[in-house]
Amino acid sequence: MVILAGGAVPTARPAKSLPRAQSGRWRLPAPLCPTLSELFAASPRDCGWAGFLLAQVDRSKPLLWVQDRMAILESGRIHPSGLGGIDLIHVEARDARSALWAMEEGVRCAALCAVVGELSGDPTALDFTSTRRLAMTSERSGVPCWLVRLGGNANLSGARMRWRVASAPSLLNPLDRRAPGPAVWDSQLFRARGFPPGRWSLAHDGAGAFHLVAAPGDRALGEVERLRA
Amino acid sequence: MPRLAIERWAKSSDCAPELPTVLTVEGTHGPVLYSVTKAAAGLGARTGARLTDARALAPDLVAIPADPQGDEALLQRLARWAQRWSPLVEIDGADSLRLEVTGVAHLFGGEEALSAQVRGRFEALELTARVAIAPTAAAAWALARCAPGICGRDELESRLSPLPVSALRLEPGTVRTLERLGLKTIGALSRLPRLSLARRFRGAEDVVDALDRALGKTAEPLTAARDDPPPRAGLRLGEPATHVEAASQALERLIPALVRELERRRLGARNLSLHGFRVDGSLAVASVAIAIPSRDPEHLARLLAGAMETAALDPGFGFDAFVLAADWAESLDAAQENLVEEPSGERDLARLVDRLSVKLGPKAVRRPQPRESHVPERSFEWVAATSSLQAKRGNPDLASVLAASRPPRLLDRPEAIAVVYATPQGVPRRFVWRRVVHDIALVEGPERIAPEWWRERSTARLRDYYRVEDEAGRRYWIFREGLAGDGRGGAPDWFMHGLFG
Repeated sequence: MVILAGGAVPTARPAKSLPRAQSGRWRLPAPLCPTLSELFAASPRDCGWAGFLLAQVDRSKPLLWVQDRMAILESGRIHPSGLGGIDLIHVEARDARSALWAMEEGVRCAALCAVVGELSGDPTALDFTSTRRLAMTSERSGVPCWLVRLGGNANLSGARMRWRVASAPSLLNPLDRRAPGPAVWDSQLFRARGFPPGRWSLAHDGAGAFHLVAAPGDRALGEVERLRA
Repeated sequence: MPRLAIERWAKSSDCAPELPTVLTVEGTHGPVLYSVTKAAAGLGARTGARLTDARALAPDLVAIPADPQGDEALLQRLARWAQRWSPLVEIDGADSLRLEVTGVAHLFGGEEALSAQVRGRFEALELTARVAIAPTAAAAWALARCAPGICGRDELESRLSPLPVSALRLEPGTVRTLERLGLKTIGALSRLPRLSLARRFRGAEDVVDALDRALGKTAEPLTAARDDPPPRAGLRLGEPATHVEAASQALERLIPALVRELERRRLGARNLSLHGFRVDGSLAVASVAIAIPSRDPEHLARLLAGAMETAALDPGFGFDAFVLAADWAESLDAAQENLVEEPSGERDLARLVDRLSVKLGPKAVRRPQPRESHVPERSFEWVAATSSLQAKRGNPDLASVLAASRPPRLLDRPEAIAVVYATPQGVPRRFVWRRVVHDIALVEGPERIAPEWWRERSTARLRDYYRVEDEAGRRYWIFREGLAGDGRGGAPDWFMHGLFG
């Protein structure tokens, strides 16, 4: 039951209506309930998506991270030190089929905070049926699932949100202007249920919110504070 | 089984059985005969003789090196197989098994029938077995070697008295002394006054004690049964089952029985194995490890079914018995996770880990354990998730400091990069990694990580790590191995080690 201040009678809203912006602040489009999101890396050697994804993961419970063998060779194994003390279970799958199986088993387990699966290329085991199964299972159990595609094509998929994430030149480091600063991602939401597609340059403030970033101009002359709150 | 070694060899080789073959082991003065075929025995070869002596008698002996370890392994397999007759089987010496059959024989239709069945089964395996059943272990040993048969408690003395004194399992020196004294049989020995015997033979050559053990005057316990045998459930089939689903059908019946046993003893299984006993005496095993002790029938059944899916139990000539045993069990009391709050999910997590490990192999499902090392690839150890569900947590302060300076991904093996152009300070401006040119826009560093001199070779070089960002905004962790002129090799090389998110 919903109780609103001011004594307004809550109207029965359809569960899947578009969320309206409560204030003028911009919010990252997020699914209404935990579901399957697909994330395309711009290139196997671009790991910007990892920061984008990790910023959206709730760290209270263990995280299941599935990598297939080719993904480990292409863009490295997950390194626990860089994740900031998250409780991690790592699965090294032989091929896409066993990786998808492990993801589905993980998504069924409500004791996980999220399941991340990395697949390299366009494996035949990854089709509409398998992604749809993942999406349905994830919605039923309430465990968000992230399917990361390294060097794959955006073919038919049952994922509710489909992102394409690339790294962008970082913000100015306030302490040293020759050093990399806070990361910026050029993220494109090209298909989503309930959201219009869009493309944004995003930065994360480390406190749980994403912010829009102005397109980089002349970086040498850039201001110290480009983060728009 | 007096001829175990040679029969095992004869089964595995394609030599003609009538060849005079001997198996030899290395002794102090050259090869010594370990086991001989019947043909060789006919030519005068005796176990324990030297090969040169045997060759002097029969020059055309074929000598083959023996494999005592293989024989021992076979004996151990046979011992497990012999558990079909009795739960307590002991390996006795290099060639015999000792079974405690008290209260067991009636299951097989009496002692004669049991003895006949044992003999028949071993004959089917092409192994010679001499079977003796006696009230004492020492008497059974003596009878099996000298006069196989069944001996009751009242006829023990009369059956033993004609046997030679060597049947008492005495030292060879003692046997020789006794024979020189004219005491050739056990009967002659037992008629002597005990006091004088005890005075003559002392310490290691305690003849009186051996005599008492054989005649049942002193108790000789078998190596006691484990007082806490692992919970197990067995299923005996009337007819050998040759179809592939036999194992899974047996599992369906065995799981409830095992779970009842576990419940009764308040245990939870950590390691389960299903043994299938084949008709030909071999054994098929499927086993699973479990992350936290469990006695949930569904969970156990699913794990074992998963294990058999990857490696099915091959029925061969057919299974005639199954045993499901919890080889490793831990105490598990009835527990309620939490009354008021929602369950912590530890059990769910353990089950997930079990399922993943069974299907993908325990080496594929791992958790990081922090280690005290600054070298990035050594700062974490990956351990199987089934063995470490309660993961050690690293220092949280350190973790948050490191998170900013360590990449979320590390290449398993640093990859060499070619620096095309570098600044005067030595920091690269442009490098080639995997045949693509990267122009560096921003650099932070170096972070120097010295080699662990107490562990590595003296030529190990230090690493200077830099966080770099290329023009497209991709951020990498590269390092220079060594310094120019550090005396540990030539010009330093550059490597790509990690990718930042």
